[in-house]
Amino acid sequence: MVTRKQSLRIGGGSACPGERIEPAIELIEKGEIDYIAFDSLSEPELSAFVKHKMSHPDEGYDTYTERRLRAILPLCAEHGVKVLGNMGGANPLAAHALALDTARRIGLQGTKVATVVGDDVLGLVKELNPEVEGSNKRALDFGDALIAAHAYIPADSMIAALAEGADLVIAGRVGDASLFLAPMMHEFGWADDDWDRMAMGIVVGHLMECAGQLSGGYYADPPYKVVPDLHKIGFPIAEVTDDADVLITKVDGSGGLVSRGTCAEQMLYEVHDPANYIGADVVTDLSDVDFKDVGPNRVAVTGTVKGKPKPDMLKVNLSVTEGVIAEGSLFYAGPGALERAKLAAEIIRKRLELVVDFKGQGLRFDLLGVNALYGPPESDATPVPWEVGLRVTARAAERDEAWKVMHELETIDNNGPAAIGRALRKEDVREVVAYFPTFVPRERVPTDFRIEDA
Amino acid sequence: MRIAPLREICQARSGDKGNIANIGLIVYDKRHYEHVKRIVTSERVKEFFGDAVKGRVERYELPRLGALNFVLHEALDGGATRSLTLDPFGKVVSSILLAMEIEMPAGD
Repeated sequence: MVTRKQSLRIGGGSACPGERIEPAIELIEKGEIDYIAFDSLSEPELSAFVKHKMSHPDEGYDTYTERRLRAILPLCAEHGVKVLGNMGGANPLAAHALALDTARRIGLQGTKVATVVGDDVLGLVKELNPEVEGSNKRALDFGDALIAAHAYIPADSMIAALAEGADLVIAGRVGDASLFLAPMMHEFGWADDDWDRMAMGIVVGHLMECAGQLSGGYYADPPYKVVPDLHKIGFPIAEVTDDADVLITKVDGSGGLVSRGTCAEQMLYEVHDPANYIGADVVTDLSDVDFKDVGPNRVAVTGTVKGKPKPDMLKVNLSVTEGVIAEGSLFYAGPGALERAKLAAEIIRKRLELVVDFKGQGLRFDLLGVNALYGPPESDATPVPWEVGLRVTARAAERDEAWKVMHELETIDNNGPAAIGRALRKEDVREVVAYFPTFVPRERVPTDFRIEDA
Repeated sequence: MRIAPLREICQARSGDKGNIANIGLIVYDKRHYEHVKRIVTSERVKEFFGDAVKGRVERYELPRLGALNFVLHEALDGGATRSLTLDPFGKVVSSILLAMEIEMPAGD
C-alpha cells in the first residue's frame, strides 16, 4: 500500500522570467515547503521567447534559468524540495539540456531532470487550420507569418514525471496553475476525474502562479492598502490537505502581506467568467469562493469550489509575426511645455503624412503626464504641467517604414519647438510577434516527458 | 447623500488576456456589496471608459466574496504583444475605475 502525504506545502517561486531569486531561496530554506513552482510564461512572454528563438534556435527558454538553478538546486537537495516550472518556454528540450549541465557543474550528479513535451502543435494547427478566435481568419490565412503554435497542455505528463522520481520538472506551455496541481495529484493520488478537488488545486495554482502578487505585490495603494516591508517581500506558500482544504501564508518575518484582500484580488486576476474558469485539466467554478483571515498572514480559502469535466478542446497560443513597432519620446519643460509638446506632435504628424509618406498601420501620440494613461476624469480641469513628455508610437509592416518615425523624432530638436530635452535611437524599432488564440481537439495533442539523471 | 470615488469603499485589480482587460472590484465591507452592485453596472463602466474600451463590457457577480468582475472587450489596442499604448497589460484600468464618483452607501 502506498503511503500518501496528508498535506503539502507548495511555494510560488516566480511570476515571470527573470524574477528575483532571493524570495525562492527564502521559501526553500525557511518555508518548510515540499515543492516550489516557477511560472515564467504569459501570452506576451511566450511570444518573446518565440521571437528570440527565431534568431537563436538553441534558445527561446527562460535564460535566467541557469542562474536560478545554480542558486536553488543545492538548497532543494538539502531541504528535500522538488521543483516544477514552465521555464522551457518555446524550447523545453534546450532548457532540459541546460538544467542537466547546470546540475552537473555544481556537483549535483544524479539529479533527476524531467521535461514535458507535446505543447508545440504547429504541425497540427497547419493540418487542421482552425478558426482564430476573435477574428474572421483561419490559422493558414496568416501564411508564413504563423511561426509557432503552443497548446496549453494539462498536468498529466508532469504528474507522470513526478511518479518516476523527477526532482526537477521542466515544461513549456502548460497551464500556469497546472504546475501547482501536478504535485497535489501526484502526492494525494486524486482521481483524474475528481473534478471538485482538482478545481481546488487549480484555485491554489491560480492564486500562486503570480508569486508576489498574492503576498502583497501589485497591491499597495496607500493610505487604503498598506503593505509592510515590500523591499523584502516574501513569496506565498499554499498549505493543502488531501481533502483540499487550503491555507495561504508566507515565511514568518518576510515582508509583504497575505490577507483576505490580497487573495480576493488575485483570485479574479485575468479571470473572465468566474463560474467557468477554463483550464486544460478541469473547468473551475470560482464564483462561490471566499477567504478568511485566520491569523497574521494566514488566510483560509472558504466557500465552495466546484469542478466540471475538462474541456474537449485545448486552447492554443498562435505566434504571428506582424511587422514592427517604433517608439520614442521627447521631453519639454518650463512655461508652455504642454503647448510645445502638442506643437511637436502636430509637426511630426504632418511630416509623416505630407512629407515623408509614412505608410503605417497605426500612429499614436501620448502626452506623458497629461493623457497617456486614460487621462483624468472630464470633471477635473487639466492642470498645467511643468514638464511634459511626448511619446510617439507607430506600427508598420517593414523596418524601413518604421524608421521614418524614428527619423522624425531624431530631427525634431533642431527643426521643431524650442527647448527640447531627450533623444532616442533606431534600436527602438522592435519586431512584433503577435498572439492569437485558437483551439484544437485534446485527443490530437499527446504529451510525453523525457527524464534523465544529471 | 455623499458623492465620493469608488476607491473609498472598494479595492480593485486588473489584468489582460489577449485584447481583453478584466477588473476585479471588491468591496472592503460586504455590507456595501448590494449598493455597489446596484450602481456600478456594466453600462456605467462602459460609459466611464469611453473610447478606451472599444467593445462590450460584461459583469459577473460574486456575492459571497463581495466582488464584481468586469470584462472589458477590445480594451488593449490589440493586446499586449502589439499595443501602442502605455497600458498594454491592462494593469492601470483598475486604478482608473476606482476614480469613478458614486453615491456613497447610507451612513458612510
